[in-house]
Amino acid sequence: MFPTVLRRLGQSIFVLVLVALIAFLIFRFVGDPVNNLLGQEATVADRADLRERLGLDNPWYIQYVDFVWRALRFDFGISYRTGLPVSEMIAERLPATLELAFASATFALVVGVILGIYTAIRRQGWLAQFILSSSLIGVSLPTFLIGILLIWVFSVELGWLPSFGRGDTVDIGWWSTGFLTWSGLSSLVLPTITLGLYQMTLIMRLVRAEMLEVLRQDYIRFARARGLPDRVVNFGHALKNTLVPVITIAGLQLGLIVAFAIVTETVFQWPGVGLMFINAVYFVDIPVMSAYLLLVGLVFVVINLLVDLSYLVIDPRIRDGITRGGSSA
Amino acid sequence: MIKIMHLNIRKTVVATAAVLALSSVAAHAETLNWARAGDSLTLDPHAQNEGPTHTLAHQIYEGLLQRDMAGKIIPALATGWDPLPDNANVWRFNLRPDVTFHNGNAFNADDVVYSINRARMPTSAMKELLTSVKEVRKVDDLTVDFETNGPNPLLVNNLTNLFMMDSDWTEENGISAPQDIAGGETTFAASNTNGTGAYMLVSRAVDEKTVLKANPEYWGKDDFPLDITEIVYTPISSAATRVAALLSGEVDFIQDVPVQDLKRVSDADGLKVVKAAQNRVIFFGMNTAADDIDSDNVDGANPFADVRVRKAMNMAINRAAIQKVVMRDESDPTNVIMPPFVNGWTEALHAPPSGSVDDAKKLIADAGYGDGFSVALDCPNDRYINDEAICQALVGMMAKIGIDVNLIARPKAQHFPLIQNKTSNFYMLGWGVPTMDSHYIFNFLVHTTTDDRGSWNNTGYSNAEVDEMVVSLESETDLDARDATIGKIWAEVQDAQIYLPVHNQVLNWGMKDGIDFDVQPEDQPHFKFLSLN
Repeated sequence: MFPTVLRRLGQSIFVLVLVALIAFLIFRFVGDPVNNLLGQEATVADRADLRERLGLDNPWYIQYVDFVWRALRFDFGISYRTGLPVSEMIAERLPATLELAFASATFALVVGVILGIYTAIRRQGWLAQFILSSSLIGVSLPTFLIGILLIWVFSVELGWLPSFGRGDTVDIGWWSTGFLTWSGLSSLVLPTITLGLYQMTLIMRLVRAEMLEVLRQDYIRFARARGLPDRVVNFGHALKNTLVPVITIAGLQLGLIVAFAIVTETVFQWPGVGLMFINAVYFVDIPVMSAYLLLVGLVFVVINLLVDLSYLVIDPRIRDGITRGGSSA
Repeated sequence: MIKIMHLNIRKTVVATAAVLALSSVAAHAETLNWARAGDSLTLDPHAQNEGPTHTLAHQIYEGLLQRDMAGKIIPALATGWDPLPDNANVWRFNLRPDVTFHNGNAFNADDVVYSINRARMPTSAMKELLTSVKEVRKVDDLTVDFETNGPNPLLVNNLTNLFMMDSDWTEENGISAPQDIAGGETTFAASNTNGTGAYMLVSRAVDEKTVLKANPEYWGKDDFPLDITEIVYTPISSAATRVAALLSGEVDFIQDVPVQDLKRVSDADGLKVVKAAQNRVIFFGMNTAADDIDSDNVDGANPFADVRVRKAMNMAINRAAIQKVVMRDESDPTNVIMPPFVNGWTEALHAPPSGSVDDAKKLIADAGYGDGFSVALDCPNDRYINDEAICQALVGMMAKIGIDVNLIARPKAQHFPLIQNKTSNFYMLGWGVPTMDSHYIFNFLVHTTTDDRGSWNNTGYSNAEVDEMVVSLESETDLDARDATIGKIWAEVQDAQIYLPVHNQVLNWGMKDGIDFDVQPEDQPHFKFLSLN
């Protein structure tokens, strides 16, 4: 098992290096940061001078090697836009994004499973039909539109919830949390729904399909024939067997939630890493963009690695097959 | 063991500090929640020359003088200034007595000399505004002399955004030079302030929230309304969210209301939109100098090199249609690349060009392009109000005179390098004039491109006579003669038609009904002028 783990780790590092490489190739087309850094009064000589001092006159591969070399020492440089260290900016904003991702994932999982079970059991009910068809609308509308619609209804028309920001936060060590204040929690509601809606629908449909599949199985009919109450059959027997694929999918979706947070954070002015990235793109803030892309790459790689490793632990066929050199043909 | 966590409720701390500070000053605390699209880039007053950065700095720091809400220059830390009677190269500034910085240090001539020298350092973004300054000298504690290289009648116009720092505080905190981002350093000044302004910094989270409170020791307490005792500044980048926050009452004042939402805001109960012409003109430029350009379908010739083509294009722009359809009436059509507050502006220059589409067709046929030609247009899509839509409108208007325009819209970060590197042949540009004098336009947009002038003149226009006149404006002290020269240069520029002017932008500020606040032409609200009714 140990060589397998090592090999997977090696692959992960290779992917990260590749992500950074592709990012650097793209940056050449994003634009020129020097114009944003200097005012409109700057002379041609000023621009050339700053470009040279920033190392932007070097070929991209030299800039890339320099970036990787510094990233290995956790030095991501200084943001062109704010003048603050990039690592500090990310550390400040990461709690906001992670809390939003956590709330969205919880929302998607809990509501998705509940609605999935309901629509599976009450297959013919009008409410189940209504949930299913309205969830289609939720999936087909783009995220930013859902966000703006929610703001319009709940902030402008009804005035119940804040339209932007994170509310008041509480610092616990270096982590700032919005979970402990009333305004923090109410600020979380709309972004959570916006970000989690797609995943919620996905999980709901998955649970429903799996439930319907399981409910057709012989052992369920057998359980019913034995006169077990519906509650025990539905939740004790059917749901348990439904959840394995759901949890796998939900785990993989967590990475997507972090990545999709860019749009939601922009609409709600949520002060997380996604908003930081969008601001960086407008400004051609290369240090922030490269660090963010590496961070998202890292999130995906770590999740995939954990999923892969958990298969190894769970499934003895994979584990044994690989330790024997995969010779079972 | 569980480590005891340090719990610190930000708001409580902030509120407590504010209450302690304010209880002695004002009986009623009035908080203004202010939002605009972008945040200030840094709190270091000399590290960035950029609108939103200066706007925030103006609340905290002050210069020797400033522009008021109508754009007029008024005294701030200086009470008066004049050239010395016997030496036109020296401007003498009398400083305001009994002014203190937020940390209690007194403001005096040493701080002025120190601050101006700091703003002239290589890492300063403000140094281009001070190129004419040779030396700044202290005469006594409340008098300072600015010596320039030759007479500079417009020195004060360059000082409106040059902020004064406390020399002792700056030295103590190791921030004697503006931040050098290229050198990879961060500085104390980027996140800490010590000004003389009407508001002091309470807390700041970049891109999130900045809180200011009234300065109880402000020298101008009796001169300005100062009705606002606390300012909470939140950047909200999404336009729809910004408007929603105003409509829901979460913010009291937003600086940039999108034109499509103006009616909704002004129709809403308790809200109003205040408008004024902005100090920014939008126009198109063309490469008039090259023998051949590669972005057209004409071989071996450059249609823009013929002044008749340029005149025809100018006639073909239907400015009224752009104003009505694209800008929903929120623009001021013009025929000169100069906003109306600028010295040199006349009604005659501003008036729309005469000539119909048929005249334009005839002119373009005379030039030998009766069958038309095609050419690419470079346009930004995130810089000016409805920039891409204006370009699209232009495509239709040019088609009427046989010019087939291929629109290429890009984000500003990719668009502006095309102009600076002189690689665009047909492009949109907008221009603001912080000095409010025509010279600023000529220096960047009309003068031949050299190392230190003409950095935005992508038209290739080069006229030695005009260049000489532009340079002469810098030291001409006879203001009547100077204005006459300005008039002459404008006549040349209009005649050569190197630019196709479109309109001046209109600023729209959305606010609660109870706020009495004029729109500042540079989009710089100075909250000390704000009064509540």
